[in-house]
Amino acid sequence: MFPSRFRYEAPTSIEEAIALLGANEDAKVLAGGQSLIPMMKLRFANPALLVDINNIPDMGYHRADADGSFRIGALCRHADLEKSTILREHQPLLAAAAPLVADPIVRSRGTFVGSVCHADPQGDWAACMVALGGSIIAQGPNGKRAVEVKDFVSGPFTTVLARDEIAIEGVVPSAQGTRTGGYLKLERRVGDFATAAVAVSLDMSGGVVKNAGIGLVGVGAQTIDASEAAAALIGSSLDDDAVDRAAELAAAASNPRGDHRGSADYKRHIISTFVTRIIANVQRSEMQVA
Amino acid sequence: MALDEVKIGGLGASRRRVEDNRFIRGKGNYVDDVVLPGMLHMEILRSPLAHARIKSIDTSAAYAIPGVRMVMTGEMMAARNLAWMPTLSYDTQAVLATDKVRFQGQEVCAVIADDPYIARDGVEAIVVDYEPLPPIVNPTQAMADDAVLIRDDKVNQNDNVIFDWEVGDRESTDRAFAEADTISEIDLHYPRSHPSPIEACGSIADYDRSTSKLTVYMTSQAPHIVRAAVSMVAEIPEHMIRIIAPDLGGGFGNKVPVYPGYVISILASILLEKPVKWIEDKTGNLISTGFGRDVYLKGKLALRKDGKILGVRMDTVSDHGAFFSDAQPSKFKIGLIHSAFACYDIPTAYLTNRGVYTNKAPGGVAYRCSFRVTEAMFFQERMVQAAADDLGMDQAEFRRVNLVKDDDFPKRTPFGFLTDSGQYEKCLQIGLDAIDYDTFKEQKAEAAKRGRLLGIGISTMTEPLGAGNSREYDILGIKMFDSAELRVHMTGKAILRTGAKTQGQGHETTWAQIVAHELGIPAEDIVVEEGDTDTAPFGMGTYASRSTPVAGAAVSMVSRKIRAKARKIAAHLLEVSDEDIEWELGRFYVRGAQDRGVTIQECAMAAYSNVPDGMEPGLENNAYYDPPNLTWPFACYISTVEVDPLTGVWDVIRMVAVDDCGVRINPMIVEGQIMGGLTEAYAMANMQFITFDEDGNCIGSNYMDYLLPTAWETPGFELHEVVTPCPHHPIGAKGIGECATVGGPAAFVNAVMDALKDIGVRNIDMPLLPDRVYEAIQTGQDVSGHPPVKNR
Ligand SMILES: Cc1cc2nc3c(=O)[nH]c(=O)nc-3n(C[C@H](O)[C@H](O)[C@H](O)COP(=O)(O)OP(=O)(O)OC[C@H]3O[C@@H](n4cnc5c(N)ncnc54)[C@H](O)[C@@H]3O)c2cc1C
Repeated sequence: MFPSRFRYEAPTSIEEAIALLGANEDAKVLAGGQSLIPMMKLRFANPALLVDINNIPDMGYHRADADGSFRIGALCRHADLEKSTILREHQPLLAAAAPLVADPIVRSRGTFVGSVCHADPQGDWAACMVALGGSIIAQGPNGKRAVEVKDFVSGPFTTVLARDEIAIEGVVPSAQGTRTGGYLKLERRVGDFATAAVAVSLDMSGGVVKNAGIGLVGVGAQTIDASEAAAALIGSSLDDDAVDRAAELAAAASNPRGDHRGSADYKRHIISTFVTRIIANVQRSEMQVA
Repeated sequence: MALDEVKIGGLGASRRRVEDNRFIRGKGNYVDDVVLPGMLHMEILRSPLAHARIKSIDTSAAYAIPGVRMVMTGEMMAARNLAWMPTLSYDTQAVLATDKVRFQGQEVCAVIADDPYIARDGVEAIVVDYEPLPPIVNPTQAMADDAVLIRDDKVNQNDNVIFDWEVGDRESTDRAFAEADTISEIDLHYPRSHPSPIEACGSIADYDRSTSKLTVYMTSQAPHIVRAAVSMVAEIPEHMIRIIAPDLGGGFGNKVPVYPGYVISILASILLEKPVKWIEDKTGNLISTGFGRDVYLKGKLALRKDGKILGVRMDTVSDHGAFFSDAQPSKFKIGLIHSAFACYDIPTAYLTNRGVYTNKAPGGVAYRCSFRVTEAMFFQERMVQAAADDLGMDQAEFRRVNLVKDDDFPKRTPFGFLTDSGQYEKCLQIGLDAIDYDTFKEQKAEAAKRGRLLGIGISTMTEPLGAGNSREYDILGIKMFDSAELRVHMTGKAILRTGAKTQGQGHETTWAQIVAHELGIPAEDIVVEEGDTDTAPFGMGTYASRSTPVAGAAVSMVSRKIRAKARKIAAHLLEVSDEDIEWELGRFYVRGAQDRGVTIQECAMAAYSNVPDGMEPGLENNAYYDPPNLTWPFACYISTVEVDPLTGVWDVIRMVAVDDCGVRINPMIVEGQIMGGLTEAYAMANMQFITFDEDGNCIGSNYMDYLLPTAWETPGFELHEVVTPCPHHPIGAKGIGECATVGGPAAFVNAVMDALKDIGVRNIDMPLLPDRVYEAIQTGQDVSGHPPVKNR
């Protein structure tokens, strides 16, 4: 690949990295490089400086904290999550999505946080975070702030991060009851971005939905928070009427464009089909447990 | 005492590929690995528009970049009479655009710089002012009354039609249709596809003023044809041109044509007197170089109630893009598409073809297609399945009724080819048994209970491989024979060179096995070299599955010449007359006294140290082989699929392949060719195509949009074999490189259509993308895939 000329720095602390970002116009954070480097190859992105954060220690973690929250550090790779048993134990939605993000080669390098920062409307992780009500912790020269992912992404490939802020971790709030959910993605081939995908998160207690979230991928100019569809599930026992209503509302919340992957109608149909299928799968696995 | 043929790596040995030793160690030597002293780097500026007039080109900002040596434009090329070059189909193609751009991705300028980064900076700095013209992306648009003229550069070209061509017997075919009980009709489009070798195209031109010699390292499947073409285009004497095709990272027909990039790098090297390297990027390869297919069919079969096919009518339109540049036999405008229905006993047939220009990249015959046989067999097998369905007849039984019988050979095909061998029904039966055809109905009912639609699809075909014979096959008048040269050294080791050019097929392994079979020299004692026009004998290169049928036959023939000479030497050493010498693998002996003998190695030593009086010393020879006919491998592919009616997604459950390619030289390599071909067949049926939007933008210009299946999606394949030796090939071999790519797609598509049969759907154009399958299920209607893609 033959990108435009750029400078490269590899700081070993977050503070140093933030200072480099602040001091240089047109600087970009380099995490896994699986989105940024292809863009530079095509010369769609021509940053003057790359601030490689891979040498900053202690950011590769993902863990379940005592308060029930789940934290994913800025250098935690897709592959770490794919192989994680604690993820499977605590975050069924994320565990379902992990093997469907990109392909094994990309997963070994790309990061969860980098994916959310990239804000691709076809990115898988942002939709999961929206469904889970998750946040990004951003750190700048004046300290840290938390931004909910549904507000973090401000448009296609843009976020609310300031020029000198780094996203240091993703946080998933604790469950209200038992957390369940699932992820379905229509892709044409492994490593393909979604033609359409659906993330559903359900917190259940006593057979009733306490909290729910639905995120949609590839059916709009950015990740879609289908909050009305999710609301149709809250308080229900996942009876057919509630599920049908949620599926319908999710399809209505999507705003796809027809292209060579399929018509807008087809993509809307996939959204409602997947909402129904994910919930049916959840119920089936619950029946197996019971 | 004869050697064990398999042990010495002769015929039938699944010998490991010797070339893989360097490939898997990362020690291959590709064009981009070649570094010459003082080498400069070239990058091409491509047109962003599909059709536009060039108003002005400003290169000043590019020249201002330090390290930019030269910016080449169409005007500069024109001043040297090189703005246009002849194609291999008697048309012309722009090298760098002068007047108009005619497809997205067309070459407009080239920057030569100290390194490839600067070359790209230079390309970005060029300012071109375009006046957009309406783009044409399909034949209907091309042939419309008010269509803009794409080739206004050509005198006497008043429309966008390149040619009209016909073959077969129109009158008798009309009569067959008049007498038919039923006429089955189907319209199909075989979409544009790209061979997409992992290594894109590239060249390093090195013109040496002091010797007047031009050396070009080039990604070419046919270096000798390129030498001739360069000699004609650049007006350099042929002996002053050396084309070297080093290791190739795949070709699939993509690396047969002469591309503008090669020509520009050559001129740049002549002007700058420095080596100039051009390495195309993936997008450049996908949007500008030789593609495959893009043919439309209106097909009709005249049928008798009992299933007998009485006649075939095929009306086709082929979209060649902006220039007619196919590398194909010059007598056949649309290749060997008339090989359709060769495996069926059909009295009469008639085919028309109209070729048109569009604002798309030029090409058409690439991608394991053997000169359009891919389209022929796909159309044939889709028409056959539709006909069986129309008659309400079992699709296997319908084929059985119409397949040519074993004792009918030699047999004239409906369009006039001569097939010579095969056991078609046996292959079909092996396939049916393997896939449990008889229990399929039960499997289907079981799947229906789960809400899934099951289908089974068959594809049976024989195809003409191994052009040519020189009577009928030539490219630009050059006859399609091939060659081999064998030098046996005094210690019995040898070097073999041929006019073919391996690009993944494993010639370095296979050719040595043929020599081992003919001479008893162990395969590991033979080194094989191809691709350097200064050392290899003249040949037409490797494509169209022609290497084994033609060059491979030449390898046999040259080995036999060597053996004939060695026999004389043996007689001399054994002090008997020639007639008293017998041959067994690796050894001559005296008739009646088997223990009195000499090995081929002893004969080799004697050839350099003790030849009989009057004999020329040495043990070398060459052979030029002009095959008497094409070879006719047969294949039966059967697939079962499961369709999810709510998403349109379909999965292959099983794929059974029965191939009869005659004698198998290296069975492992043959199986590799079949599996690769089936993977490509699956790709075309399922996901892989290049299309265009209304504005002429190429959809499929990178690997995120142009989908090559990975190991993950690719179904498992179950391979079976039948061996009917080719009656005229020296070792009974037939071509195999393309069978699965050619015959495979119809098996998958027929299976999906079988699953949808009860809904009343007869056709979905490839690839059978989930949204197309879903639409067909929802509407009960056929789904067309013609470009432009709809943005609904
Ligand atoms: C072939 C291929 C297929 C893919 N398929 C999919 C897919 O199916 N689904 C999917 O979701 N993704 C897919 N991706 C993208 C992949 O998941 C990337 O890994 C991800 O989008 C970006 O993560 P990264 O760590 O690689 O970020 P990088 O490429 O390093 O950075 C991406 C962007 O985010 C910014 N950034 C990264 N980290 C931070 C940070 N900590 N703080 C502030 N800014 C930051 C960078 O500056 C840059 O602008 C694919 C990529 C490839 C190459």
